[in-house]
Amino acid sequence: MSKHVRRQLHLDPTLCDAHGFCAELLPDLIDLDEWGYPVFIAGGLVTDIPEGSAGEAKRAVAACPVGALRLTKHA
Amino acid sequence: MLTHRLLPIDPQTGRARDLRSLAAHAAAFGPLPTPPSAADGHPGALIEAIAEARLCGRGGGWFPTARKMQAVVDSAAGRRQRSPGSRPVVIANAMEGEPASGKDAVLLAHVPHLILDGIQAAAATVGATDAYLAVHRGTPSIDDLDRAIAERRSDPVRVELITPPARYVASEESALAHWAGDGSATPVYGDRPFERGMNGRPTLVQNVETLAHLGLIARHGGAWFAEVGDAQAPGTTLVTVGGRVRQPGVIEVPTGTPVSELLARCGDVDGPVEGFLTGGYGGAWVASEALWSAEWAPAQVREAGGVIGAGILWALDAGICPLHEIARVATYMAGESAGQCGPCRFGLPSVADDLTDLARATSTREDLARINARLALVVNRGGCKHPDGTARFIGTGLTVFSEEVAEHLRGGCSASRTGNSLPIPQVRKSPVKRAGKDFR
Repeated sequence: MSKHVRRQLHLDPTLCDAHGFCAELLPDLIDLDEWGYPVFIAGGLVTDIPEGSAGEAKRAVAACPVGALRLTKHA
Repeated sequence: MLTHRLLPIDPQTGRARDLRSLAAHAAAFGPLPTPPSAADGHPGALIEAIAEARLCGRGGGWFPTARKMQAVVDSAAGRRQRSPGSRPVVIANAMEGEPASGKDAVLLAHVPHLILDGIQAAAATVGATDAYLAVHRGTPSIDDLDRAIAERRSDPVRVELITPPARYVASEESALAHWAGDGSATPVYGDRPFERGMNGRPTLVQNVETLAHLGLIARHGGAWFAEVGDAQAPGTTLVTVGGRVRQPGVIEVPTGTPVSELLARCGDVDGPVEGFLTGGYGGAWVASEALWSAEWAPAQVREAGGVIGAGILWALDAGICPLHEIARVATYMAGESAGQCGPCRFGLPSVADDLTDLARATSTREDLARINARLALVVNRGGCKHPDGTARFIGTGLTVFSEEVAEHLRGGCSASRTGNSLPIPQVRKSPVKRAGKDFR
């Protein structure tokens, strides 16, 4: 059942202030650019979260001081 | 076949007729039939005609207008409350955000009532209770527009003239809806205007050329509209032709007209041209020989490597340094960032600085590599498409003018004369870190 759940992390670039905690928590999914802003390695402003990273993704959302990250779950 | 539809031509002078008065307008175009409206229980009739017309938005995106209007209708129907505060809104976009464009101004100056007809037709169709006509602050035709609106006492929906600041991103549709609601002309990320626009209401933002076509479709129907032009995106369209042509200006042609013919209509090029800018400063450069034989329709221009956008075709004089032009425009576009997103706020100025060095022929191969790396880094990361459009303008320019890039890396420049070609608006700005009072 749970393997059919698609978790995605969404970034609102207008809120992001380059604190960088997300890249620290999810180094396999997020890089920082030369100005400290997150770059989803897979591109775009929405990225898939693999099963094993769901916990870190939740922590990244909670750690963002400006609330620029959001998690969604689709069956 | 009549192809001066939006801008009837005076046979005496060969110029577009002045139809600013309601009487002259009614005599030229005939009466506007009462559009079948949502209130009558017939919201779909005009949308069907627009779908039959295959009308696409002329503001730059060329998105099917019928689908956009249907999305507003559906969004309004899905609302639980029926309070006036949740009824749809229509915003007519005459901001002319692209500095090299002149078509919105030409429509406002010659056929303002055709735009107002289109606003009424659109408002009736989507059930809008409020409508706005957005012209940028400082537009010369404001007094005429006030008079035109005042003349139309029997219009069911009152149109309010609004004047957002003349900033590049202020003409983006979410920015316009934001300004109409909250008085800040910065783009909004996430909410789509047709769902949640001005004050959260379903908002139809349409370019004034699109609305003027709507005013004609309401009179003559969708089949009539599609009688001329390209099969996929039919009708006529306005093109601002500028640069090295003998008679620059705004012309109306059927979509699908060959570029060579557009140029011939403007007295032809007046000297050697190596590249064309298509679509404006959020558009794309195309090598002269690739565009010359192409047809001016969205798919064909795209295939040639360009983009029609808001209908801009600029022939760059081969005697002027293209890299100098690209650097000037990049600097302007960097300054037009609303400063909301990091990649745009920091990325565009850094690229513009490197381009300025390249234009001065003081750059190395490493500097050029840094420009290209940063261009890749600003794309698909913004809350709006400002960085993406700017990156395309710069990236296509560096490709089309690659020989000139190589010359500059050797410390030279093959321009035969100095001077500026592309227009840069003089915007009074206060230094801002984040979107601030500049956008109010």
